[in-house]
Amino acid sequence: MKSRWKKYLAAGLVLSGMLSLTGCHGAKEEKNFVIPDTFDTAKNHEITFWAKNDTNKTQTDIYKKAIADFEAMYPNITVNLKLYTDYGKIYNDVITNIATDTTPNVCITYPDHIATYLTGKDTVVPLDELLTDENYGLGGSSLAFDSPAKEEIIPQFLSECSIDGHYYALPFMRSTEACYVNKTYVEKLGYTLPDTLTWDFIWEVSEAATKKNADGTYALNGQDVMIPFIDKSTDNMMIEMLAQKGAPYSSADGEIGLFNDTTKELLFQIAEHTESGAFSTFKISGYPANFLNAGQCVFAIDSTAGATWMGSNAPLVDISSDSLQDFETEVRMIPQFDPEHPKMISQGPSVCVFNKKDPQEVLASWLFAQYLLSDEVQIAYSETEGYVPVTSKAQDSEEYQEYLSREGEDNNTYYSVKLQASKLLLDHAEDTFVTAVFNGSASLRDAAGQLIENVTKSVRRKKEIDDAFIEKLYSDVTSLCHLDQIQADGSSGKKELGPLPKTSVVLLTVLGVIWGVILLYLLAELVKKRKYQKENH
Amino acid sequence: MKKRLVLMMALSMALAVPGCAMAEESTETAAETETVSEAAESETEAETDVKGEGVMTHDEYLAAETDAEVVVETYVQAKQSWWEDKATLYTQDKDGAYFIYNMPCTEEQYKELVPGTKIKVTGYKAEWSGEIEISDVESFEVEEGSYIAKPLDVTELLGKDELIDHQNEFVSFKDMTVEAAGQDADGNDVPFLYNYDGSGSQGDDLYFNVSSNGETYTFTVESYLCDKDSDVYKAVEALQIGDKIDMEGFLYWYEGVNPHITSVTAAE
Repeated sequence: MKSRWKKYLAAGLVLSGMLSLTGCHGAKEEKNFVIPDTFDTAKNHEITFWAKNDTNKTQTDIYKKAIADFEAMYPNITVNLKLYTDYGKIYNDVITNIATDTTPNVCITYPDHIATYLTGKDTVVPLDELLTDENYGLGGSSLAFDSPAKEEIIPQFLSECSIDGHYYALPFMRSTEACYVNKTYVEKLGYTLPDTLTWDFIWEVSEAATKKNADGTYALNGQDVMIPFIDKSTDNMMIEMLAQKGAPYSSADGEIGLFNDTTKELLFQIAEHTESGAFSTFKISGYPANFLNAGQCVFAIDSTAGATWMGSNAPLVDISSDSLQDFETEVRMIPQFDPEHPKMISQGPSVCVFNKKDPQEVLASWLFAQYLLSDEVQIAYSETEGYVPVTSKAQDSEEYQEYLSREGEDNNTYYSVKLQASKLLLDHAEDTFVTAVFNGSASLRDAAGQLIENVTKSVRRKKEIDDAFIEKLYSDVTSLCHLDQIQADGSSGKKELGPLPKTSVVLLTVLGVIWGVILLYLLAELVKKRKYQKENH
Repeated sequence: MKKRLVLMMALSMALAVPGCAMAEESTETAAETETVSEAAESETEAETDVKGEGVMTHDEYLAAETDAEVVVETYVQAKQSWWEDKATLYTQDKDGAYFIYNMPCTEEQYKELVPGTKIKVTGYKAEWSGEIEISDVESFEVEEGSYIAKPLDVTELLGKDELIDHQNEFVSFKDMTVEAAGQDADGNDVPFLYNYDGSGSQGDDLYFNVSSNGETYTFTVESYLCDKDSDVYKAVEALQIGDKIDMEGFLYWYEGVNPHITSVTAAE
């Protein structure tokens, strides 16, 4: 059973942490990390690992096994695991702990979040030198395990962890979004499911699915409920639509382009299909998987990392068995505007290392973070959901290839929908993209989703969606997500704050006067000293 | 030399003041846990529950369409969480319950919303995975009056269609038997799980199974409503399979009944 408000809180907490770290500068001890020549195995280290799982016990078991295996290789390192089920909660806890200098050692995170962590001083360890260190770097000679070489990390995935030209994380797993389709319903409506979905196709079939019987039930399923198209992540939905249209979202240096005419056009389109009952969202109605599995949805867009919840034979189900419907499930790319040049988002957890006073402790943390990229961990974890390993070493391994070849052998490890979701990303890795990372990019992402959520809710509440509505929406969302505090270089910590308060002016004036007095005093002392020396020479 | 030192020290202190003030601006907020059980001693029974002008009765609220604007007067029974100036509340009047989701309010206002507090709420009726609630609250105000609901025993309604008529109400379950919630790593039956599948750890939601009349149901200790330090959280962690227990809680809904338990005691 999944939880709703834990996920909601995550979205809200993102805003609370943003922009709040710049005041910490100078309050902490300097921790400039320099890689030690050797790792001191005689010294014991206790490190903390904050890990995110998809509310999936197999994943938590894999984390525990990875820790046990790692501790067996490095008996002087103890890894304490703290489990989370959403990224936002980790983010909020990290923000809180940066302020008290009690961050974890190793943490699963999003690059968007790291950009905010970096506004604190010496928080996240830059990995550039660690990656290539001949002893302890990737594939290093002094490692106790078989680590991938840097070249064996899928370059695109590694580049997603680069901020301002420096690597601050390692990719851990990668996923994308997929469209899970009730093929039985599509064909019942008289359509043939294409290999590549287009937005036109999705909207047309969804509209057809809204037809009702005289008794008020839906013609397609005979039930009281039918939401033909549900999207789990409306922020991804807007970002992907804009990317497919080649419209602005944000520039690499943090200039916001979201509030443009293409966005408006898309919102009008979404409003039209909401009004007819063809579309809704996770936040408004519930998990797409639950509607899909109950035969109350035709197209469900969700992460490939949610594949085990999708379909009549899904190993994980959140609805009662008597609600579960029998239908044929197909996995497709998310709908496209230009099927010849598909675009879908790349997402998934990354892992970062936090700085500490003791370089040996940081090195121990790095060793563990790096171990998460070993074949053992990569292959085991990627098999739990529609993830793919982030290294070619793991992807090309005999073990992983055999796993892929056994699609559909059972409805658990080899669940066909899950393996199709993984293959979707493996086949289209070059069609994935990421958005620019800067301090505030997490809030911009939130704003992108908020636009769709607000329009959808407003339509359902019979409000008119016109130019004036969109204009006000842009203004409200800008303010709600604090986007007006983000400057073009993404350095929200350097935002314009308006004129200084009077008390600050007074304080600064006093400080200026004190400095003046000090300088005058020192000058007078100097003159006096020289005069004295001259007189007594 | 001493004068120079004094001047330098004064200067450093003056410079340090703003830095410290900023560093201390922690925004952490802990979810408060206040349940009806804890406030039962101050229970006061409202004599009448006459609605103000323009305020819906509970029946009118139930009859309203999803996404319609609703105005209700109700009484706080428990507070689940507050963050970013939004509160989630279990509320109830004498006729039925209203789950209020993400109601804008300041932390100071939230502290004043003790169990029994009467509030007038204007928002929109919503349904999320079967849970009927008021969301996108546009305004609320505290009014005169106090009411704390007594738990309604719904044990006999479990598994029946009528149970949904009491959605979100403060209810009790009597003489139920603790069943295995799952297995541990060694394959042994366990009486509760952290998260629905055991993927969590202490501090996460607790899930446990209880049976009555041959049917087994999954109940939850929602960790934002009752955190790991609460009596009910500890009580569930101490359960043994086969225990006979009485429970109180709120009749939350998620794809079916999913009670959020606030009290567990040995069956009387």
